[in-house]
Amino acid sequence: MFGAGGGTSSYEEIEIADLIVLWGSNAREAHPIFFHHLLKGVRKGAKMYAVDPRRTTSAQWADVWLGIDVGSDIALANALGREIIAAGLANDSFITHATSGFEAYAAAVDEWTLERAEQVTGVPAAAIRALAHDYATAETAQLCWTLGITEHHNATDNVLALINLALLTGHVGRYGSGLVPLRGQNNVQGGGDMGALPDKLPGFQDVADDEARGKFEAEWGTAVPAEPGLHLSLMFEAMERKELRSLFVLGENPADSEADVQRTRELLDGLEFLLVQDIFMTKTAEMADVVLPAAVGWAESDGTVTSSERRVQLVRKALEPPGAAKDDLEILSLLAARLGHDWGTPPAEELWDELRSLSPMHGGMSYARLEAQGGIQWPCPDLDHPGTQFLHGDLWDDPPSRAAVPFIPTEWAPPVDELSDEFPIRLTTGRRLDSYNTGVQSGGYGSPIRAGGWIEVAPADGPRLGLAAGAVVRVRSRRGAIEVPVRFEDNLRPGLAFMAIHTPEVADVNVLTVDAWDPKSGTAEFKATAVSIEPVA
Amino acid sequence: MSAAPTASERAAVDELLGSPESGWAGGARSAVDHHIAYGGFHGAESTRHLLLPALQAVQGAIGWVSRGALNYVCERLSVPPAEAHGVASFYALLALEERPARVVHVCEDVSCRTRGGRELLAALAGRDDVVPSPCLGQCDRSPAVLVQRAGDSDLSLWGATPQSVIAVLAGAPLIDPTPGHYGIPQSEGGAADLRLLHRVGAVDPYSLDDYRAAGGYGALSKALEMGPARIIEEVKRSGIRGRGGAAFPMGIKWESVAEAGSERLLVCNADEAEPGTFKDRGLMEGDPFSLVESMTIAGYAIGAQRGYLYIRGEYPRAARHVASALEVARKAQLLGENILGSGVDFDIEIRMGGGAYICGEETALFNSIEGYRGEPRQKPPFPTESGLFGLPTIVNNVETLVNLPLILLEGGDAYASLGTAESTGIKLFCMSGDIALPGVYEVEFGATLRELIELAGGPIEDIAAILLGGVAGSFVGPDLLDLPLTFEDTRAAGVSLGTAVIMPFGVSTDFEDLAMRIAAFFRDESCGQCVPCRVGTVRQEEALHRIVARAPLNGPAGELDLLSEINDAMRLGSICGLGHTAGSAIRSLIELGLIGATS
Repeated sequence: MFGAGGGTSSYEEIEIADLIVLWGSNAREAHPIFFHHLLKGVRKGAKMYAVDPRRTTSAQWADVWLGIDVGSDIALANALGREIIAAGLANDSFITHATSGFEAYAAAVDEWTLERAEQVTGVPAAAIRALAHDYATAETAQLCWTLGITEHHNATDNVLALINLALLTGHVGRYGSGLVPLRGQNNVQGGGDMGALPDKLPGFQDVADDEARGKFEAEWGTAVPAEPGLHLSLMFEAMERKELRSLFVLGENPADSEADVQRTRELLDGLEFLLVQDIFMTKTAEMADVVLPAAVGWAESDGTVTSSERRVQLVRKALEPPGAAKDDLEILSLLAARLGHDWGTPPAEELWDELRSLSPMHGGMSYARLEAQGGIQWPCPDLDHPGTQFLHGDLWDDPPSRAAVPFIPTEWAPPVDELSDEFPIRLTTGRRLDSYNTGVQSGGYGSPIRAGGWIEVAPADGPRLGLAAGAVVRVRSRRGAIEVPVRFEDNLRPGLAFMAIHTPEVADVNVLTVDAWDPKSGTAEFKATAVSIEPVA
Repeated sequence: MSAAPTASERAAVDELLGSPESGWAGGARSAVDHHIAYGGFHGAESTRHLLLPALQAVQGAIGWVSRGALNYVCERLSVPPAEAHGVASFYALLALEERPARVVHVCEDVSCRTRGGRELLAALAGRDDVVPSPCLGQCDRSPAVLVQRAGDSDLSLWGATPQSVIAVLAGAPLIDPTPGHYGIPQSEGGAADLRLLHRVGAVDPYSLDDYRAAGGYGALSKALEMGPARIIEEVKRSGIRGRGGAAFPMGIKWESVAEAGSERLLVCNADEAEPGTFKDRGLMEGDPFSLVESMTIAGYAIGAQRGYLYIRGEYPRAARHVASALEVARKAQLLGENILGSGVDFDIEIRMGGGAYICGEETALFNSIEGYRGEPRQKPPFPTESGLFGLPTIVNNVETLVNLPLILLEGGDAYASLGTAESTGIKLFCMSGDIALPGVYEVEFGATLRELIELAGGPIEDIAAILLGGVAGSFVGPDLLDLPLTFEDTRAAGVSLGTAVIMPFGVSTDFEDLAMRIAAFFRDESCGQCVPCRVGTVRQEEALHRIVARAPLNGPAGELDLLSEINDAMRLGSICGLGHTAGSAIRSLIELGLIGATS
């Protein structure tokens, strides 16, 4: 909608915002550093709303928790939009000045009365109204989200529904007001920045853009395909069709992390050649024909990472990697040499300077400046540019300096994996504070609060389903079944169950999840699986 | 973790907090709770101050705080159980393990232990319902005993004997043994012309009419006519300094808060826990309306609308009398909204301490009221800038405040003409130890140590040392008997008036035992926050043990050097007065040659 893929605000801004909305994010456990910044804001008096099916440990800090039903985010967002318009709280001058398509948006959300939203989301109408009014009237507001928004079959629409709210109220492009998608790793943002996306070149330049592509072709002395490549979900479909027969996996563990993981494993098994480059012997690496041991990114390599606030920071090598492990850069150079291209062994800074010459948003970020300033936020086009604390300030330029940003109406659609008499329980997945993704990086360390894997259900569901605390239960979905112990958690409502994704070796949750993915982002609907839970006799 | 409360524990908490508002706060989970919850950080923050009262409600009703009760309190107030446990375990009067429904606390501190306390404890040894206690503030009633009763109010027992204690523990009914007795020997003689204590023992503490008939509430009417600026002016002219130990000029402190732009608070520090100190107890027990009136005047003068009265948990009788006075005053429109039709609002809330010496330190007291462990805060910011709940706060102790009516009725100049130039006005002293008539004594500033001891019936002859200012003060020898007990003279003599404790000890006193008790006291009462104090108080006690056992490390001189070094570390490295003074009394005993003599 805005162009570049990054959060619009800085961490500093959440510390001074008047209103914080944490939507589909258990940041206290999954983004604890960001959550510290958030808590500073709360302690200074910011009002906090949390939107989440579970009353997570993050939601417990919120002045108001809206416990929506899984997958009803667009219903809630559209109702908020309608209420803001109906109450006359829309920022008319901003809408006129900087946006387009408002009328179509207003017409699209008109059916989303508070009452209808209450029916679909489960959240009392009065609370929806209160959030609408608080968001619209706050001086500054931060709208933050994570995978609760994006791990759905309609992920992109979910995000657009939130962005529409910011356009409606002018909560974007101002100090303190912004849209904040939190990144799950220290360098997820950097991966996107560097062009690790099927349709983008570094600096979010489109592969279809002849001029942009031309720059890279000239520098690299080779043709760059103008067609977007495949994202992860499409890759697996291509494997299924036997069109994709060889795979090079760098620092990813799809054999544990993909939805409907049994199918994933079958497809990986069916490859002619699987090459894995990783710092650990992951489940995916175990399946590989060749494993290239890599150096650790933050201690054994030089380079940069980019945080959720678009801040590029230097990382420096402190240790030699053990054994035969090599820096990613060195591995790729050696691989290129074997494939007949002599890239030499360029140091990280030399590659970075090449990037700066090709990606305008990184142009001014020399290593010397990154070192001296402790990081710089993109865009930073030249050496005199200070970097950009928040994005899209030009939306407020008078007279307008950029094209109007369009409202994009979104339609609510329920989760793909429907509840039924056979599968009556909604299972959602997520993270815990002490563990990290599939456990590759965290499972090797002890933790007093980690005890294998388990499924959490509401206490009231125990007697209803004949479950006893601690007993092993069979969890079945339309794709498979697993057996795990059960725990009762009172942050869940009856009919809602939760599993963390960290211990696939004992709680292989992605055997259950559905590989229904968003056509625009390629993200699967990890957050909404229909299951049954029964005691193991 | 998941221990559940009993019905009676739940009821005790609900009586204080009301019924739970939702299934997220200890109530039954309803359908709407599945989709909405309110509170969060700000909700928890706004009710955190109820943590100690809620724990006290359970303690009072049940006799101890079980894991289930603690969990329920945590659910009600959104406090993490580990944090609530940290608070609960901070206070000696809260029991976290099951114990008998009646428990007596027997004072083992400096005054009582030489006057029957040790013998009483020895006679009751081995009982699980007898707890040795630090000073109970009943030094005129040695040996002092406090009775905690599940389901009933706490009471003090006077002149306890093994037989009377055993009878109480067996369930004997407890009544106030001598209703008129407030430990004021001067007024009991009927002769003295007292200004601060004249109503104590002479009026019914429950009767507003009595109080008014004895001149009460004249000052409040006058104050409302004068207005805040003139009140503060008179207070400044009176030259009065705080009586809590720090001797800060009261008017100057008030002025700095009266000018604050934001809401401000008044706190009356009645956490009178310095061993040997009991003057505020007598005032609150015998003349509670005078404190209520004085706090009202103070609140009006500094522009506060809320006042907190923090009474130490060992003073149940004082709390009962003041609570009654508050209620009566509210009904008579002397407190609350629109006082005496003046448009002025001011009300007072009582908070009870939980048995923690450190909470007498003003910032520890704030933390205690706010529901945190009673650990002192760093200063600055000073309370006048950021005190209770982060608001500008005036803290005065009871004795300081009850001088106000006198100052307003007679005028600041008249008050300043009493006492000496630097120590104006009237002073109360707490006399106990080896003395004929222990109690609280009122004199004009300037009286000497000898005069006060003679006032209390002596004897003078056999005194080996006098503990001056409490265990945070120091022992002085008979050579200082003619020292005038003013701020300036004590300072010049290198000693401190402290909380005006005067505790003479005769030549037959076991000073090693006293020193060991003082060391144990500080080791127990150190909040543990500052390492020099937490570790130093233990090391000090260990060194004393070796000295007393005649088994010094590195020779006797080595132990004395060590004690001196520990004292320096605590003085220099602690943030509050406890660490600063934890070695002073012991050091003075060494300097007087009463312990650790090398010969």
